[in-house]
Amino acid sequence: MTTAPARPDAPPTGTSGPYVGAPVDRVDGVVKTTGAARFAAEHPYPGLAHAALVHATIPRGRVTWIDSAAALAVDGVLAVITHENAPAMRPVKTQSVLDLSTLVPGSTVNHLASDEVHWDGQPVAVVVAESRQIALHAASLVRATYRELPSTVDFATEKRNALPQKKSVVDPGRAAKGDAEAALSTAAVAVDHLYTTPVHHHNALELHTTTAVWDGDRLTVHEPTQGIDWTRKHLAHRFGVPVENVRVIAPFVGGAFGGKWHVWAGTLLTVLAARVVGRPVRLVLTREGVYRTVGGRSPSEQRVALGADADGTLTALIHTSVTQVGRVGGGPEPATGLSRYAYAAENVLVEQKQIALDLVPNTYMRAPGEAIGSFALESAIDELAHELGVDPIELRMRNEPERDPIDGRRFSHRKLREVYALGAERFGWAGRSLRPRSTRDGRWLVGTGVATAFHPANLFPANVTVRISADGGVLVRCGLHEMGMGAATAQAQIAADALGVPIESVRVEHGDSTLPAAPAASGSTQTASIASSLLAACEKLKRSALALARGSADSPLRGAKPAEVQARDGGLHAARGGETYAAILARAGRSSLDAAVGAERGFAAVAGQVRFMSKFLLDRRRWVRAASGAQFCEVRVDAHTGEVRVTRWVGAFDVGTVINAKTVASQLRGGIVMGIGMALSEATVVDPRTGRIVNPGLAEYHVPVHADVPPIEIHCLGDPDPTMPAGVLGAGEVGITGVAAAIANAVHHATGRRVRDLPVTLDDLL
Amino acid sequence: MRINGATTVLELEPRVSLLDALRDELGLTGTKKGCDQGACGACTVLVDGERINSCLALAVQYSGREITTVEGVDHPLQAAFVANDGLQCGYCTPGQICSAIGMLAEHAAGAPSAVTEHLCEPDPELTDAEIRERMSGNLCRCGAYNGIVDSVREVAVAEQLR
Repeated sequence: MTTAPARPDAPPTGTSGPYVGAPVDRVDGVVKTTGAARFAAEHPYPGLAHAALVHATIPRGRVTWIDSAAALAVDGVLAVITHENAPAMRPVKTQSVLDLSTLVPGSTVNHLASDEVHWDGQPVAVVVAESRQIALHAASLVRATYRELPSTVDFATEKRNALPQKKSVVDPGRAAKGDAEAALSTAAVAVDHLYTTPVHHHNALELHTTTAVWDGDRLTVHEPTQGIDWTRKHLAHRFGVPVENVRVIAPFVGGAFGGKWHVWAGTLLTVLAARVVGRPVRLVLTREGVYRTVGGRSPSEQRVALGADADGTLTALIHTSVTQVGRVGGGPEPATGLSRYAYAAENVLVEQKQIALDLVPNTYMRAPGEAIGSFALESAIDELAHELGVDPIELRMRNEPERDPIDGRRFSHRKLREVYALGAERFGWAGRSLRPRSTRDGRWLVGTGVATAFHPANLFPANVTVRISADGGVLVRCGLHEMGMGAATAQAQIAADALGVPIESVRVEHGDSTLPAAPAASGSTQTASIASSLLAACEKLKRSALALARGSADSPLRGAKPAEVQARDGGLHAARGGETYAAILARAGRSSLDAAVGAERGFAAVAGQVRFMSKFLLDRRRWVRAASGAQFCEVRVDAHTGEVRVTRWVGAFDVGTVINAKTVASQLRGGIVMGIGMALSEATVVDPRTGRIVNPGLAEYHVPVHADVPPIEIHCLGDPDPTMPAGVLGAGEVGITGVAAAIANAVHHATGRRVRDLPVTLDDLL
Repeated sequence: MRINGATTVLELEPRVSLLDALRDELGLTGTKKGCDQGACGACTVLVDGERINSCLALAVQYSGREITTVEGVDHPLQAAFVANDGLQCGYCTPGQICSAIGMLAEHAAGAPSAVTEHLCEPDPELTDAEIRERMSGNLCRCGAYNGIVDSVREVAVAEQLR
């Protein structure tokens, strides 16, 4: 066991070297601290025009009249585009697992193609003007009247009408073993409660923005997206141009957290506007515009019921959820997903239901499902521990499963016992009183809490090319996404170790659809997915270099076999000596050597997709793969005001191999910080009468600030998962899971008050 | 306008914010727009050494003032942010850095904060709680707060030793 900085003891092939595991500085640290890094809205174009949106003010109905005259009369306005004059976009395609780009539309609405309104905030017009100031002013002058149709917008009243979620290949939505209800009714000890979570918004600090430039039927788009390739394909389809004609550029994304996975209205309408005015057009959404046109995390009501024997052995586990989608898009929030794998209960029932509302469609937000599901499940287990009078960690360990509790699949890397032991030791858990309200420090009631973190690990196919040049420089090319994870840094480390070269000689080109396509950065899959292809490409490259050297009478590598060759010191080395890549290339008279993995096109790409999907499903049948962790915290609650302060945090994690001790710790901390917000302050409030978001801004939706965040200690096991490329399980999302439960559990320990509705606020504790 | 030590002549509508003037007119895109409402601090710049939200400032009001953006900053904080990983996506980073420079100057001038115990104390100690309180106008959604506080503390201690 190691703590950050962590080094895996036995890394799998291809990752042994000085860089993987080390706390390497970000390769883009300097450009980000000097202002030199250019984000999407920061590329100048001659003749650039600026767009602003006009939003619908009803939840459902039709536009009966729209008046652009006052806007058009403003000096500098180039166009007001409404459903009355907008050129048509093609409708969205039907979703298909054989073309994952069909999953990216944020909604099924064909914007400005008709007078229909599907949610409050849907764009009903786009104003294009010479400046942003003029566009925003003119947009405020566009008047619309509506014929309103009946709508349903209130989750609280509609949740009783929820229907079981449709089964899909990635999320069955329901799983059962035995008869959980019967076992619950006969259990010696039981808890059975409802937990609720509100709508959350990502609030990446970079506003959603699009710059669209048409040159004939060629389109260039600067767009902070998590999915360059799928965005490109989607835009090509919607605007009826060949995919090769569309270029999407996003080297730096100013935070995303799921919110920049889909293609939302603003993106499409900017591309449309650029076509209408025949000039480059930029749209920077207002912060309110982001709330009104980009989905957030679904609210939830969850029931968790646990039944146990007197010794704490679980006999029943029931976790059901109701979440929402938009009537015109969005998808299931797999809130009960982790309860399939969490505890070795004899009888299990997990089931997800959903309702469709006339609201902007929901979307993925950091750890969709697990973030809110872990709040309910891990609060309930704490409640059961309290009922039983046992330590909550002890209760978890008594019910730790050896295999998937429902279908017996093996865990590829289940290390919860280890992370709990590590975390408990670092936190100083031993000797904690079981009695709530047992510690007071002046006006502060002090409590500690714990919860399990869990997030599934997956892989997607990625295309990568690697080149070694005669000067010894290495160029990795991959359209991967850098949104703060240190993605390019991690791949530079992996390439440097795999090829045995100094990291300074590795350059990673990323964030552009002209590069070999990467999968979307989502599901904590990016590092492992790209590492898989990158390691294979480096292996190919080393074999090519060896092939050049071993045939040459002058090379110390003459006759060397691949198995006996080591990559180090900028070249290849065997028992009888070695030489640098530069020397190998110079002798062969080559300027560079290249290797490509997965760069398939046309039919081969479709076949690759089929191959991938079948392997994906096969793997899912074989293994339960996941990152996991244990969240420990101390809270202080003001006995007079109910104010909750988080004062101490220890997170112990199994994320498989730690590629970069510095950036992995930062990602995990970032998840915990977002979880602190979820626990104590974050909630998007939807007006139950009108469906309008009433707090669409950072002054009213409270994300954690410096003062809310204590020092967060991160420890990682650093032990590679044997079934994942480079041993990586992913670190982007597991950090947020379990956080809200750990805090609610600590609040209960501090005050004796159990809060089951997020966020935990003063009024809950007075 | 005096920006990063150079004088620039601009013709602007009176409603153009200092932030938009910097980004759109002058191409100084290091200063970021996160909310355009003074709620996030991403647009923080220094005016005559004091930190302000440039999205809430009208450019025309700042004629003749000495404006420093991240492009004009050359400060040990920048290296400290990289070493301590006080950033992730990098979008709030220029604002955090400009804000920290302004904050250190405020502290050096003896200004108290909401968590300063004795308001009349001439030289309040720059504890982590003080740093966090004084930097709370700068949001970081990636949650790089620990690294930012470490960076500010490190640089503050180094400056005191100097």
